[in-house]
Amino acid sequence: MKKISGAQAFIEALRQEDVKDVFGYPGGAVLDIFDAIMDADDIRFILTRHEQGAVHAADGYARATGRVGVCVVTSGPGATNTVTGIATACMDSIPLVVFTGQVSTHLIGNDAFQEADIVGITRPCTKHNYLVKDIEDLGKVIKEAFYIARTGRPGPVLVDIPKNIQQSMVGFKYPDTVRMESYSPTFKGHIGQIKRILSVILKSKKPVIYAGGGVILSNGSEELTAFARAMKIPVTTTLMGMGCFPSGDPLSLGMLGMHGTYAANLSVTNCDCLIAMGARFDDRVTGKVDDFAPKAKIVHIDIDPTSISKNVRVDLPIVGDCRSVLKDMLSELARKPDEVSELHSQIAQWLDQTAAWKREQPLRYCQGEDVIKPQYVVEMIDELAPDDAIISTEVGQNQMWTAQFYKFNEPRLFLTSGGLGTMGYGFPAAIGAQVAYPGRTVIDIAGDGSIQMNIQEIATAVQYNLPVKVMILNNGYLGMVRQWQSLFYKGRYSHTSMAVSPDFVKLAEAYGAHGIRVEKPSMVKDAIRRALEIKGPVFVDFVVHPEEDVYPMVPAGAPICNMLLV
Amino acid sequence: MRHAISVLVENQAGVLSRVVGLFSGRGFNIESLSVAPTLDPSKSKVIITTTGNEQVLEQIKKQLNKLINVIKVVDCAGKDYVEREMIVIKVKAEQETRAEVLRIAEIFRAKVIDISPNSYTLSLTGDKSKLEGFIEILTPIGILDFVRTGTVVMEREMQGRRKLS
Ligand SMILES: Cc1ncc(C[n+]2csc(CCOP(=O)(O)OP(=O)(O)O)c2C)c(N)n1
Ligand SMILES: [Mg+2]
Repeated sequence: MKKISGAQAFIEALRQEDVKDVFGYPGGAVLDIFDAIMDADDIRFILTRHEQGAVHAADGYARATGRVGVCVVTSGPGATNTVTGIATACMDSIPLVVFTGQVSTHLIGNDAFQEADIVGITRPCTKHNYLVKDIEDLGKVIKEAFYIARTGRPGPVLVDIPKNIQQSMVGFKYPDTVRMESYSPTFKGHIGQIKRILSVILKSKKPVIYAGGGVILSNGSEELTAFARAMKIPVTTTLMGMGCFPSGDPLSLGMLGMHGTYAANLSVTNCDCLIAMGARFDDRVTGKVDDFAPKAKIVHIDIDPTSISKNVRVDLPIVGDCRSVLKDMLSELARKPDEVSELHSQIAQWLDQTAAWKREQPLRYCQGEDVIKPQYVVEMIDELAPDDAIISTEVGQNQMWTAQFYKFNEPRLFLTSGGLGTMGYGFPAAIGAQVAYPGRTVIDIAGDGSIQMNIQEIATAVQYNLPVKVMILNNGYLGMVRQWQSLFYKGRYSHTSMAVSPDFVKLAEAYGAHGIRVEKPSMVKDAIRRALEIKGPVFVDFVVHPEEDVYPMVPAGAPICNMLLV
Repeated sequence: MRHAISVLVENQAGVLSRVVGLFSGRGFNIESLSVAPTLDPSKSKVIITTTGNEQVLEQIKKQLNKLINVIKVVDCAGKDYVEREMIVIKVKAEQETRAEVLRIAEIFRAKVIDISPNSYTLSLTGDKSKLEGFIEILTPIGILDFVRTGTVVMEREMQGRRKLS
């Protein structure tokens, strides 16, 4: 067998995994890999301006496409800079493979220059990680890394490759299959349990579906939509589940939880059967656990057994891929037309009730003539952007307003850091999505605080001609924290004012991008239109009401039916 | 309730730290721990004793199973198994207590493994309650120091029938 270097073998492995785009940043410990990348014309490399940006970009790429996102960075500081990005992906179950360079094997443990025990550091925030100590293992490790990242409950996998491994020569053959005695996630749900669950749902009078990111990750949105419509069961989604069910559908209740809708939170509180799919009963969703769906039989479909009965007792669990289970449920249902129509009549009253809640307290805000309301900006973006536009957010009020006021009708259009809540996620994630879909509109709905956490990536957008639109809801505050201070800390705004921020228009221009400032409500639509027409990256600085709050709001730890309304 | 959980893992660097890190990272308690390669040297067995309510135990077992290098998790609670632990204990043995220490050692079938003019070092194998009984009896005489291994457990071959210990 012809011998090639570890670095070349690495490229070959990426080819075998059908990797088209790689995000990263070079350094001493990955010089060999970068040298090999230069010859790989079939793999596009995107040089970000910070390793955190590279990981978020790969993450945005993965969320938008469903493929595994790939990064390559150097050892030491390059590796430690990836940690926030990896933890972000881990919390939201996003498939990534992050390659880090490492000092040569004989130097490991010596406090060598730019050495960091990145495998140790990332152990708790990866799905799995590897240090390659023998060149003969390289192919097997990379094969396993991709396999682990995308199967079961997806997640980030880190592979640490010492410099001498990249340099050693190997007769390379990429394995065709993965054989791991210790890893075999359950995919298909138990059919007996599926039947039991269906019979419970068919007997219910007040059912609600609570759908999370797992539905999107399993590409099960179509099946979920078919299931909910066939049964006429109202659907609420988590932040991560946005888009898995069309928000325009009459059965849609919107988001639940801390900033969920009145209708969603009351429906969950009063339902007699809660069907959780690919969701994990996060504390931002459940509020006070004892009062979460207190009257309901709880059904839980999830691929990860550890999610089941972790926070909330579950009556009928089923471990499996959401899409696969939904398919099985649909084919079971097809055999029970009578029971389904019986269900329709016994839940008619409930549907009237949930519809009434939607009418009673819709999401709302008041747009006057002088000051722009952030919610209005989001609604106008929704109105003007194409249907297949991909929307990312930063974290804070901007994120919640986007979840509330942008009507997602399809999966994989909404990229947001749910579990970790990472400020600085949205912009690089949008860049990653734009790399995957150069022809589509990609918008980061940002806060003035968050955007400054990875603002350097504007150079990446300009360099690769990625026409990402950043719509900054500039309230001059770390708004979400200020909101808590206003509500729960006697209005003491301790260090939440962004007293100094750059002139975002000039800043964009300094990088060679476009900048637009909007100060009047009447100018909002025009500015959005203009931004969407410009071929390159654009920053739009919307100067919005400084003290607008996000409502409804459930105070932390309270039952979700205790909402502060506007 | 106390549970002995037997975790079969791949015998590789870093696997133990994944297992232990899982406990510390999630706030689970480890009471004792023992690790060694098995009959198949490519695998190791980690035996952890821990306490917690049923829900916590369920989570621990599921989380352990989720670790990529973990092959099998068995909770011995409710099963028929043998349990052993060893203690090496240094006891004060002055003129007037030397004989007493030896007598106790004999009753417990402990071994004397080192002596000095004013101490005995004994070793004893048994289950947790036996070891604790031994410690309790020796306490008034004066324990200078002890070390204990973690608990090891093995399921009985003939469930619920003839018992040797
Ligand atoms: C990296 C990071 N640091 C701190 C926080 C805590 N935090 C949550 S929201 C928020 C304010 C965000 O401000 P901004 O981006 O301006 O958004 P706004 O809420 O004003 O829309 C902060 C500081 C966080 N989520 N992430
Ligand atoms: Mg702000």
